[in-house]
Amino acid sequence: MARVDVKNVSLSFGAYRALNDVSISFADGGFYALLGPSGSGKTTLLRMIAGFEYPDEGSILIGGEAVESVPVDKRRIGMVFQNYAIFPNMSVAENVAFGLRVRGEKGAGVEKAVSDALDLVQLGHLAKRRPHQLSGGQRQRVALARAIVTKPRVLLLDEPLSALDKGLRKDMQIELKRIQREVGVTTIFVTHDQDEALSISDRIGILKDGAIVQEGAPEEIYDRPRSEFAATFLGEANIIEGTAEGGRLTLENGVSIPLPQEAARSSGHLRCAIRPERVHVVPGGLASVNLSQAGTLTGIVRHKLFSGSLSTYSIDCDGRQFQAIVPRTGEDDIRMGSPVEVTWKKEDLIILA
Amino acid sequence: MTPSFKTRRRNGLLSALPLLLPAYAWLTLAIFLPLSAMVYFSLLSDIAPNAPSPSLTIENYATFFSDPLYATLLWRSLVLGLIVTLACLVIGFPAAYVLAKILKGRAREAIFLLVILPFWSNSLVRVFSWSMVLREGGILDTALNAVLPFEVTFDLIYSYPAVVIGLVHSYLPYMVLTCYLTLQAIDDALIEAARSLGASRLSALRRIVLPLAMPGMLAGSALIFIPVVGSFMEPRILGGRNGTLFGTVIEDQFTAVYNWPLGAALSFILLAVVLVILLAAAPVLRRTA
Repeated sequence: MARVDVKNVSLSFGAYRALNDVSISFADGGFYALLGPSGSGKTTLLRMIAGFEYPDEGSILIGGEAVESVPVDKRRIGMVFQNYAIFPNMSVAENVAFGLRVRGEKGAGVEKAVSDALDLVQLGHLAKRRPHQLSGGQRQRVALARAIVTKPRVLLLDEPLSALDKGLRKDMQIELKRIQREVGVTTIFVTHDQDEALSISDRIGILKDGAIVQEGAPEEIYDRPRSEFAATFLGEANIIEGTAEGGRLTLENGVSIPLPQEAARSSGHLRCAIRPERVHVVPGGLASVNLSQAGTLTGIVRHKLFSGSLSTYSIDCDGRQFQAIVPRTGEDDIRMGSPVEVTWKKEDLIILA
Repeated sequence: MTPSFKTRRRNGLLSALPLLLPAYAWLTLAIFLPLSAMVYFSLLSDIAPNAPSPSLTIENYATFFSDPLYATLLWRSLVLGLIVTLACLVIGFPAAYVLAKILKGRAREAIFLLVILPFWSNSLVRVFSWSMVLREGGILDTALNAVLPFEVTFDLIYSYPAVVIGLVHSYLPYMVLTCYLTLQAIDDALIEAARSLGASRLSALRRIVLPLAMPGMLAGSALIFIPVVGSFMEPRILGGRNGTLFGTVIEDQFTAVYNWPLGAALSFILLAVVLVILLAAAPVLRRTA
């Protein structure tokens, strides 16, 4: 197990700059998600830590040791590929034993390690199966067992759950988390699925256009995104713009809303975000709120997306679409086309850079 | 009125018949009928122009066993087949690997074209051009002497190596193509997975790529071995006196000696030997495929 440090790494493919001066550290034993849209460089970064790509500039340290010019087979990493890459010419047990065999290990030690690894992923009973006899979820577990049996210093996962259907994916997320905790290996997980990143990881790094946009604990990034991209890529957000002065923000339509304490002294143009679930919808526009403590806008209900325990309303506030998530408590009497007031506590307003 | 659908399970073979018929009709006409005629010929006594009407005999087959020359020549042909096949494998597999796994886009297309380019020219022309390259005072000899400071005589024409060179040249594309197809079907992630697990390039090649490419290598080998064992054109033009092989002897029976029955009988013995070799190899083929 080891920490991983990426320092000022850049890589270009021809004229295309895949990574641009990226620096990020992964603590020993942590579970990290690298999150970003396709083309953001997250997979390239992972492949660079693995040793499939070499940086043009910068350095990569595993356990404090510079490895940027060490070939992949000497880096002592474990990797799980998007399509699992199970060797079709070998049984499940032979697949898992591969990493030990190429290191020249033989005999009972190998068998013990293989059966332990298969037990860890709950596949002990399928050791003799051929890969084509396995389901997607089982292949995933074989790939995981194969990657951890060699006791790698870091475990790299390239969108490992994206090929599974939704129900199975949820199970595997929990399973992956359990196995990672049991093994304690530093884990870096690439995904484009924000829910997956939020639910599974200790820390998230958001990438965009080959650069890290923001890095931190899931709650921290969700509650305090620093940019509009981070706010909208990780969850939904309503964006509000206006001119700040004296602790209040004046919007385009002249409405004034209070700013949170941290922005009390800001002035000039400001962009803010508010999460839909932090918004309260009051029918009829009869909210009795303290205008110095809460932001308030009036609007008309345009759409409703009912999804069981919650409904998402789209409310037209002077031409701006405002999203609000309302739990189904039985008191949600919000009608289409009716005037409503949307309000939020001023501390819930997120100030964007 | 709602339309009623009648689901009828059609007999698979019956519905496939129109698709299969043209190919099998052609195969019957082009291979089975001439081959049957040849079986008949191989059982005839010598058909000299003024001989009495021929009678059925197994004498032609007996000739093969009574004269050790034929067995020796057959053995020579089998050894030649093995040498040419192995040479094609050793030369062709690395080329196919580079084509399938390393080159991309334009470069791959260009190199691929070079591999299949020989198919565009007549095989007889290709063999004759080799004879101009390999003989003393030929292109290779002249070129070497122009470059090297000392005198070398380079005269390979009418030798066993010349036959091997000509045959490898003729059949190499088959090996490159079959290996290319299987190598291309191997997911790059498998090689990367092996490397991430600590396998060196060579180890990944030996443990993952070679076993998975085995069907292509075997198919290519069969495609080359069978025609090379019966080859007569390259041995005759490039090998001369040293190119006397089972295939050239068969050809002689048809074109020079006009002993068709013996030629037919020798052909069937060759066919039988090749079939036995393929059958013996079948369990190995099944295991790796």
